Amino acid sequence: MRAFHLILALAALLLAAPAARADDAFAQALGALNAESYADKINAAEALAALGDGRAAQVLDALADGRLMVAAGGAILIDRGGSYADPISGQIVTAQADAITVNNRLRSVARAAAGRLALFSPDAAARKSAVEAIMNSPGPEAADMVRAALAKEFDDSVKAAMITALASLDLTSADPARRLDAVRQLADSSDPSVRSQIETLLQTETDASVRQVAEKSLASIQFRVTLMGFVANLFQGLSLGSVLLLAAIGLAVTFGVMGVINMAHGEMIMLGAYTTFAVQQLFRALLPPDLVDLYLVAAIPAAFVVTALVGMGLERGIIRFLYGRPLETMLATWGISLVLQQVVRQIFGATNMEVANPAWMTGGWELAGGFTLTYNRVIIIFFCLAVLGGLAALLRWSSFGLHMRAVTQNRPMAAAMGIPTGRVDALTFGLGSGIAGIAGVALSQIGNVSPNLGQAYIVDSFMVVVFGGVGSLWGTLVGAVSLGVVNKFLEPYAGAMLGKILVLVFIILFIQKRPRGLFALKGRSVES
Amino acid sequence: MKFNRILGAGLFATATALPMLAQAAEDTIKVGVLHSLSGTMAISETTLKDTVLMMVDDINKKGGLLGKKVEAVVVDPASNWPLFAEKAQELLEKEKVAAVFGCWTSVSRKSVLPVFEKMNGLLFYPVQYEGEESSRNVFYTGAAPNQQAIPAVDYLMSKDGGEVKRWVLAGTDYVYPRTTNKILEAYLKSKGVAPADIMINYTPFGHSDWQTIVADIKKFGTAGKKTAVVSTINGDANVPFYKELANLGVKADQIPVVAFSVGEEELAGIDTKNLVGHLAAWNYFQSVKSPENDAFIKQWQTFIKSPKRVTNDPMEATYIGFKMWTQAVQQAGSTNVDAVRQAMYGQQVKNLTGGTAVMNTNHHLSKPVFIGEIQANGQLQTVWKTKDVIKADAWSPYIPESAKLTANWTYPWVCGNCTEPKFK
Repeated sequence: MRAFHLILALAALLLAAPAARADDAFAQALGALNAESYADKINAAEALAALGDGRAAQVLDALADGRLMVAAGGAILIDRGGSYADPISGQIVTAQADAITVNNRLRSVARAAAGRLALFSPDAAARKSAVEAIMNSPGPEAADMVRAALAKEFDDSVKAAMITALASLDLTSADPARRLDAVRQLADSSDPSVRSQIETLLQTETDASVRQVAEKSLASIQFRVTLMGFVANLFQGLSLGSVLLLAAIGLAVTFGVMGVINMAHGEMIMLGAYTTFAVQQLFRALLPPDLVDLYLVAAIPAAFVVTALVGMGLERGIIRFLYGRPLETMLATWGISLVLQQVVRQIFGATNMEVANPAWMTGGWELAGGFTLTYNRVIIIFFCLAVLGGLAALLRWSSFGLHMRAVTQNRPMAAAMGIPTGRVDALTFGLGSGIAGIAGVALSQIGNVSPNLGQAYIVDSFMVVVFGGVGSLWGTLVGAVSLGVVNKFLEPYAGAMLGKILVLVFIILFIQKRPRGLFALKGRSVES
Repeated sequence: MKFNRILGAGLFATATALPMLAQAAEDTIKVGVLHSLSGTMAISETTLKDTVLMMVDDINKKGGLLGKKVEAVVVDPASNWPLFAEKAQELLEKEKVAAVFGCWTSVSRKSVLPVFEKMNGLLFYPVQYEGEESSRNVFYTGAAPNQQAIPAVDYLMSKDGGEVKRWVLAGTDYVYPRTTNKILEAYLKSKGVAPADIMINYTPFGHSDWQTIVADIKKFGTAGKKTAVVSTINGDANVPFYKELANLGVKADQIPVVAFSVGEEELAGIDTKNLVGHLAAWNYFQSVKSPENDAFIKQWQTFIKSPKRVTNDPMEATYIGFKMWTQAVQQAGSTNVDAVRQAMYGQQVKNLTGGTAVMNTNHHLSKPVFIGEIQANGQLQTVWKTKDVIKADAWSPYIPESAKLTANWTYPWVCGNCTEPKFK
């Protein structure tokens, strides 16, 4: 009986031996990652990848992301967001650990090595990003590796990525036939990096047939890259226009409809942005992490209410005594803007506040031609149209909108009809300010949240409203979008500085010709 | 009648207050703090005002200077360049301060320079700047280009930095970026970089729409050569710039961005999760471990009553400047500007990051240089540092007309921009 046990134990030992040997090699390579110099760490990462051990991929991934930790005893662990896993056994352990420091070179070596291992991963998305990682720092054997992976690939989108990757790797192949195939393959691309690869090829290419095809491919790529550049400019212009529009809609109400030159409009935007920050901090403090991203949705009504109340307070407290005296209104509101800035500076401090983009607003769709449609800008375009539509509907169909229009067009007559003009004034100013607050929520997603935030937008807002035509929402829309698009088409040629100057010069000339802007309001306003 | 009474009361008050003031002036040493507390630069400068106040507080707790209490006179030049000159005059003439700690932007420094030179005041300027200056009345405790820009470019050209071959020099449109980029362009060309591989781009202050420029940088980076961005973008424009980089997916291991004006304080206002690996070059990082630094961080967070506040490079420069000034005053036994100036040369203060900073006769410091990568927690992790301290060049050797000039305020030179000594 005892002998039987002995044999059993021996057999188990024999079976376990190769596994233990692999464990040893893996552990040794792992330990080498905690080296002093980056050069040693890079060697260690390459050695680890060369083992061909399946566990290496997640270690290298963790290394590249800065999640690979070293515990007090020297054990290497993977940080899984709060808990540590032992990469050798895969078990969760508790330990005190510091991250292994990484630099960009080590990071890209680790990514490429992880990519080579993940090329045969069962997950299609992993295989696709593996191809990308390899293309970022292609080694000499990269082409053969991708070719081998391509032979086994069945997912269409991964296959396409592999074919393109292979083609650009084959451009430097010694075999002219391979180069010819590659150049043919790449003719459909619209990636500017492919264009420069083919240009480089043409400088040294001696094979006549390859040259001919390459030149043809280059021309067609060139056409598509230019086309995509145009589309990109258009999108950027629309996006800038939407930002200008958001900043200006509130002003279109207070300045356009009420005729109040409100220099504190920018500060209403700033207050909206700070409300967003406050809501975010509240969500971070009170809610579980996976709900924190919803803070942005909650911030919209919060910012509207806060800034609308501040706006109504201003109107009742100061501005209503100054109606009909534009110069005094301007000076008073400018003073208010300085006061508001300093108040915020005293409460929150002078430094920028960190407002994080929610996950669903970070990143973008990578389209062809190196053109990326960023989520935050796309969302802001739609958000801005929604705000404009909502405001137009309110003015057109609600009784408050009717009162508002009546008061604007003829105040004494409206008062005679029993409309409480004072209350309408306060509500209108509150509405304009509230919309500025909503703009602040959106602008906190693309810019910085600091006491100076409003200053950056006040000039642009006035520019849009005056250009579009005072009192016309439609004019504000057209004005904002056209200024945005013109600015973005000028920028690549004239540079950001000169572009801005040219737009200003254009507006000055335009206002000379049409003092009432693009869409002059026709009506029986009391003043006109 | 009523007017007379008020006037009388006023006169009485003045009469009684005057001797008190005179007495107060005798047992306090006044130092001026000339940092913007409102306007666009308040975002950076307020912190330095608090740093000086902390240092003053500290020295008073230790028994003061020359047996007297130190008193800080804080004025607010409100990010308004001409106002800087007025406030400087007020500090020197009316308040009779022994030294002034202040200024951030180069244009504010240039604006106060004539005032300090005319009235023989003493200014300690704590911010990294473009160099090409050495005034008898200013001590520059921030980095000159050879202590920040040149080492950063060298690092990127090295193997560890990714052997960068193609360069984007992006900056805000004013004197610091323009001069720094001029020096860098000359330096890169001297290293054999072709003009076609250098792209230079300037944007206005507070530029907020970075779509076109970031897209251009991305396109510039597709030429098949390793590309990097050297950013001298200043102030508020940085937040939208980094947000656009993150959203357009410009990753640090493809196109790294090295910044000279972005430190811990600026990063605290940005979500850095998507910016890991982008770089900054400074002479100080909060993350560097040393007993002096730990003590400084603790002192700062206690003084400002917030455990979340970060420290940064200009704060260390303010700390070193203040310490050196107090040492020089003690050595000279007086706050007389000429005596203190002589005592400043060769003055040593321990850096917060290890090693010793030395004041040179060109009024600039010898300091170590650090290159750090941005981490997800908003800190900078050192990836490279100089073995020893580097002596600042007041005049860049890479600009032909500056290379000839020497700054040395001791005998026989006694000059900030001379080709030969004043006394032979």
